[in-house]
Amino acid sequence: MSNERENQNRRTTIQLLLIAVGAFGFAFALVPLYDVICEVTGLNGKTNSAPAAVNEVDDAEERLVRVEFVLSKQGQWEFGAPVMAMEVQPGKMYGADFFATNLTNQPQVAQAIPSVAPSIAARYFIKTECFCFDQQMFAAGERKEMPMRFIVDPDLPADVETITLSYTFYGVRRDAAL
Amino acid sequence: MSTTAEAIHGHDHHHAPLTGWRRWVFTTNHKDIGTMYLLFSLTMFIIGGAFAMIIRLELFQPGMQFVQPDFFNQMTTMHALLMVFGAVMPAWVGFANWMIPLQIGAPDMALPRMNNWSFWILPAAFTVLLSTLFFDSGAPASGWTMYPPLMLQTGDAFPFAIFAVHMMGISSIMGAINVIATVLNMRAPGMSLLKMPMFAWTWLITAYLLIAVMPVLAGAVTMLLTDRFFGTTFFTAAGGGDPVLYQHVFWFFGHPEVYIMILPAFGIVSEVIPTFARKKLFGYHAMVYATAAIAFLSFIVWAHHMFTVGMPFSGEVFFMFTTMLISVPTGVKVFNWIATMWKGSMTFETPMLFALAFVFLFTIGGFSGLMLAIAPADFQYHDTYFVVAHFHYVLVPGAVFALMAATYYWLPKWTGNMYSEKLGRIHFWWSAISVNLLFFPQHFLGLAGMPRRIPDYSTQFADFNMWSSIGGFAFGLAQLFFIYVIWHTYRGGVGKATAQVWEGAHGLEFRVPSPAPHHTWDEPPVIREDDQDVHS
Repeated sequence: MSNERENQNRRTTIQLLLIAVGAFGFAFALVPLYDVICEVTGLNGKTNSAPAAVNEVDDAEERLVRVEFVLSKQGQWEFGAPVMAMEVQPGKMYGADFFATNLTNQPQVAQAIPSVAPSIAARYFIKTECFCFDQQMFAAGERKEMPMRFIVDPDLPADVETITLSYTFYGVRRDAAL
Repeated sequence: MSTTAEAIHGHDHHHAPLTGWRRWVFTTNHKDIGTMYLLFSLTMFIIGGAFAMIIRLELFQPGMQFVQPDFFNQMTTMHALLMVFGAVMPAWVGFANWMIPLQIGAPDMALPRMNNWSFWILPAAFTVLLSTLFFDSGAPASGWTMYPPLMLQTGDAFPFAIFAVHMMGISSIMGAINVIATVLNMRAPGMSLLKMPMFAWTWLITAYLLIAVMPVLAGAVTMLLTDRFFGTTFFTAAGGGDPVLYQHVFWFFGHPEVYIMILPAFGIVSEVIPTFARKKLFGYHAMVYATAAIAFLSFIVWAHHMFTVGMPFSGEVFFMFTTMLISVPTGVKVFNWIATMWKGSMTFETPMLFALAFVFLFTIGGFSGLMLAIAPADFQYHDTYFVVAHFHYVLVPGAVFALMAATYYWLPKWTGNMYSEKLGRIHFWWSAISVNLLFFPQHFLGLAGMPRRIPDYSTQFADFNMWSSIGGFAFGLAQLFFIYVIWHTYRGGVGKATAQVWEGAHGLEFRVPSPAPHHTWDEPPVIREDDQDVHS
C-alpha cells in the first residue's frame, strides 16, 4: 500500500471513530434532552417542578373535573392521603393533603415524583405548592403532613373529565439504602 | 505474517498463506476473513434456528407442552439476538469482505489487521452470550429489545448479555469503518463513486448507519448496566428516571438497525436481477438516491415502535407520516427491479429465484409494515403475532433470501466449482413454500389477537399455529439441506466454474479467475470510459 493511501485510511478511520464516539455521547445527551422535551411539552405527564405563580380566576367555570390520586412507594414508607379523589372547578385553587412516615429506625431522605394522566392534561395541572418540589429529610420514625395546592387551568381541553395524579414516593439513595 | 511484513516494507510480493489454524487466526486477507464471517454467521443461523424450533415446538399445540414459560422467553430472546447480531449482520460483513474489494478493484480491505480483530471479537461475544444458557438463573429473557424494568430483573446473565452486546457493537463499528475506508480510499482508478456496483453502494450507506447507531445501543445498554450495579436511575421511576426513555433510545438505534439488515439485501438483488435479465439495472442513480433517502428517513421514524406508550396526538401523526414516507423510496426500488426485468431475456437460475422471491415476499412485509404504521390501527396490532409476521417477512424471505441469492451467485467464484442447479432449485422451492406456511398464518393469528412472546394460547388459535409450526420445521430442515448444497459445491459440485460464471454477469469480480486467487487486484483493473463492467 502506498504511503499516501495509508495516510488517507488513517484520516478516514480517525474521522469515523470520532463520529462513533459522538454517537455514544449522543445516547447520553438524549437523557437531559428527553427531560427538557417532556417538561416543555408536558409529554409523559410531567408537571411543573417548581412553584408556579398563578391566581384564581374570578369567574371560574361551572364544569367540574374529577382529580384522582394514585400513590405508590418504594422502600420502607407509609405514604397516603385522607382524600383520594375530589371534584374541582377549573380556575379555582384547591388544596390536598398527603402524609408519609419513615418506617425505619434510620434517617431517610425522600422524594416524590409526580405524573399526570392523560399526559395532555399535565400542563394544565398547575401546582403552586408541592412537597414534590424538593427532597425532604425524615428522622427515624418521623411522620410528616405534606400539603399540595393546585389550580386546574380553565384552558383544559373540554374532553378531559378526569385527571389522575400519580405520586411515587421513594428514599433517595444517599448510601444505597433503597 | 506476510501481509504485515508487506505493509511495513511496502513490497508487492506475497507469500503463500500460513497453514493450519494459524492461517485463520492470524489472517489479514479479506477473502479468508470473509469466509470466516460467513461460516460464523451460518453457525449462528443454525443455533438461532434451533431456538426457533423450540419456540415452534412449544406453540405446536395449545397448553404447556415441552418447556417452562421462563425458558420459552429465553428462547425468543436468544433466537432474536443470535439472528440479528450473529447471523444476518455478520453475514453481510462477510459478503462485504469477500466481494467489495473484488468489485471495486482493491487489493484488500483498507484496514486488514482491524478486520481480523473485528471478526475474532464475534466468537468471543457469542460464547459469552450463549454461556448464559447454562446459568442456574438462565439466559436473558426480556426480549431482544431488553426493555427495563424487565431486563433489570435478569439473573446472573445480565452483565454477560450487556458485555456481549458491547462486543458485538464494537465489532460492527470496526467492520463499518473498514468498509467506508475501503470504498472511499481503495477504489481502482476510473471507478468513481457513481460507477460502483449497487452492493458496494448499499454497504457504504449501511456502514454510515452502523457508525451512527451502534454506539447509541452501546449507550442504552451501558445505562442499563449502571442502573443495575452503580445506583443510577436512568430508567427507574423511583429515582426520577423513566423506562419510556429507554424505548426512545433503543429504537433510535433499532429502526436504523432494521435498514442495516436490509439495505445490503437491496444491493444484492440489484446485482442478481440484471445478470439474469441480461439488462443493465434500470435507474441506477435513482437506486443510489433511494437508498440514501431510506437511510435518512430511518432516523426520524423510531417512535412508530411505541405508539402505545401514550404519545401526544401530534407525535403519533408525525411518526405515522414519516414512516409511510419510507414507502416512496422503497417503491422506487421495487419499481426499478421490475423495470429491469421488463423485456429482458430472463433465465431462472437459483440466485434469480431467490431474488425474485425476495422482491415479491419482501414487498408483502413492506405492506404489513404500512398497516402497522397506521397509528390508530397499531393499537390493535401492537405486540401481536401480526408484528411477528411482518418483521419475519422482511427478515427471512427478505434479508435471508437475499443472503441465499448472494451465496448461490458468488459460490462458484469462491470455490471455483459450479453448484448443482437441481439441488439449488430443490432448496429454493422447499424454502419458499415452507417460509410462507411458517409466517403467513401468523398474520391471521395477530389480527385475531394472539399476543407475541407467550408460550400458551387460546384454543381458537390452534390450527394456524400448527400450520405455522409445520412450516417452521420444514424451513429448518431446508436450511440443513442448504448446508449440504454448499458442502457438495465445495467438494466439486457439478464441475469447474468459469471466470465469467454467469452469461449475463458484469462486474470486476468476474474478471478474476474462479476460484478467486488468494490475492487479487495487486495491479488495479483497467476501467475504460464505456466499460460494461461498471455502471455509468
